[in-house]
Amino acid sequence: MRNRIFALIAALVVVVGVGLVVPAAGQAPKTYNPPKTPWGDPDLQGVWNDATSTPLQRPGNVGVGVLNDEEAEEFQKSLAHDLTRDRRDGGNAADVNRAYNEHWMDARRLKITADKRTSLIVDPPDGRIPPLVQASPERQKVQAARAAGAARFAAGLPDHYTDMSWPVRCVVRTDVPPYLPTIYNNDFQIFQSPGYVTIAPEMIHSARIIPVDGRPHLNKGLKQWLGDTRGHWEGSTLVVETTNFRADEGVLFQGANPATFTITERFTRVAPDAINYEFTVADPSTWTKPWTALIPWNKVDPAEQMFEYACHEDNFDIVHFLTGARLREKNGETVGQQRPARAGEER
Amino acid sequence: MQRRRTVAFLAGAGALAVLSLALPPLFGQPRPNGAPQFAAGYRAPRIADGHPDLNGIWQAMVTANWDLQDHEAKAGPHNELVGAYGAQPAGQGIVEGGEIPYKPDALAKKNTRFENRLKVDVSSDKTWHDLGDPEMKCYMPGVPRATYMPFPFQIVQGTSPYILMAYEFTSATRIIRMDWKQQAPTDSWMGWSRGRWDGDTLVVDVTGQREETWFDRAGDYHSDALHVVERYTPVSPYHMVYEATIEDPNVFTRPWKISFPLYRRMEKNVQLLEFKCVPFTEELLFGKFIKQAAR
Repeated sequence: MRNRIFALIAALVVVVGVGLVVPAAGQAPKTYNPPKTPWGDPDLQGVWNDATSTPLQRPGNVGVGVLNDEEAEEFQKSLAHDLTRDRRDGGNAADVNRAYNEHWMDARRLKITADKRTSLIVDPPDGRIPPLVQASPERQKVQAARAAGAARFAAGLPDHYTDMSWPVRCVVRTDVPPYLPTIYNNDFQIFQSPGYVTIAPEMIHSARIIPVDGRPHLNKGLKQWLGDTRGHWEGSTLVVETTNFRADEGVLFQGANPATFTITERFTRVAPDAINYEFTVADPSTWTKPWTALIPWNKVDPAEQMFEYACHEDNFDIVHFLTGARLREKNGETVGQQRPARAGEER
Repeated sequence: MQRRRTVAFLAGAGALAVLSLALPPLFGQPRPNGAPQFAAGYRAPRIADGHPDLNGIWQAMVTANWDLQDHEAKAGPHNELVGAYGAQPAGQGIVEGGEIPYKPDALAKKNTRFENRLKVDVSSDKTWHDLGDPEMKCYMPGVPRATYMPFPFQIVQGTSPYILMAYEFTSATRIIRMDWKQQAPTDSWMGWSRGRWDGDTLVVDVTGQREETWFDRAGDYHSDALHVVERYTPVSPYHMVYEATIEDPNVFTRPWKISFPLYRRMEKNVQLLEFKCVPFTEELLFGKFIKQAAR
């Protein structure tokens, strides 16, 4: 079914031609002038949600960057079918792995972006993350060690709590830039005060307090998991630069190298109820070139309030994963005998 | 004449006495115990909506995180390993009247908690939260403890109906909803905070706190019936007086009050830094479940 839809899309591409292009990222319609705070900064305040079914990378069998209405409807239907946790196909095991049903999920993640794009990535134009560069021998070693830990975890046989990812350990979650949509808790509340823009991502209850007063970054040696952020205004766009990422491996997207990773984020209010969130990441030791994604943030009904997301405080999973692994060890199980990946496993 | 003057004097003294009862203890009136004074009548700078501007990075200087009540200097835990590192400083209490008014059985429970403050057992749901100071386990500290931990916090105040309080400890945050009707939807670690202005004072009503948070390392605790009313009053460009009234009929015989000054952090380019402490407590919590060969 899915293949048929993509075949249809591909056929339409041939018919329509490749005249459709991705809109210039981050450019606000010139007609919209965002409101200002009393101290004169563009006003980005509110609770915003970045959920979407549009994938980060364009699926291989989709040929275009932007779909027409009919294609978009099919694309959305197909993605929603794949993503929904209320499916009951695939047998008992698949069904058990969908134990977190739609009730727990953000329903907004079943809709594609309003501009009908087929990928959140807008540059490179093929909508794909650029090819990885060959890692240095030292980084290969580090990456192999992390991969081995991840494999033990996936097999239900973690040796150590550090075999689990940083989000599973509740150290960081979706608060590490770039902000990417996930299955739930996609809310961000923006607060503004003179000299600051503050973004509070729902996961995990941290506040990214961004000075916009021109002060310098922290000294190079003082590093943080979420980095050190400074902002400035370019017209009505908040431009945010983040540096000083801690050296720990596996925190940054796709295992990027904290020593060489750079990120610029742009927040532009393009309508009363919409912010364009655009980020460009570069890491010459991970990707062959920089890449850029554009993710719409939609304003949440004010009646829907953000609520505390606690993670570590009741993280029974860590104990269960480790005690389960010790029992499996006793039973002679090894990593080779992998259990199937769970549908709900994150990152 | 003489008598009338005496009556007038007594009436005046009475009015003063009533007034001094109504006034917060740290400013306006000289404190009998000689604590630092703040001049009465300070008017804070305003933000655009006319309310006092509380923006900034603030920190308490009291040692209440060790013990809300008076406490002597003491060796810290495992001093055989770390010597004077982690030793408890002496401190003057911040509880009005000196004593927390525990019910008798609740006082016994406090003492048990203190004895078990360094014990951890996350192998069962039953013991997960019963043992160990939540600070040691890197859990969000709740209110008012977040205010007097030895870490700064930042007030982010604009003109929206929300004021954000961001704490350095475990990057905890809470949103203060101004003039808000809705009750706490459910309990949370940092609680449900609703604010209003009382003159120059930001008054925050905090309900819906999880019962597992503690007030200090001395085992002082509360139940899920905890109700805290905080008052933040600017008294100089560099100080606020913080007061909190604490009410919990399950644990205390009456409401009680704490107060202390908050100091504005003045270092050039000072900013809230990251204290994501989960990795610092994982070995304590989860170390006994790891593979023996991986130790």
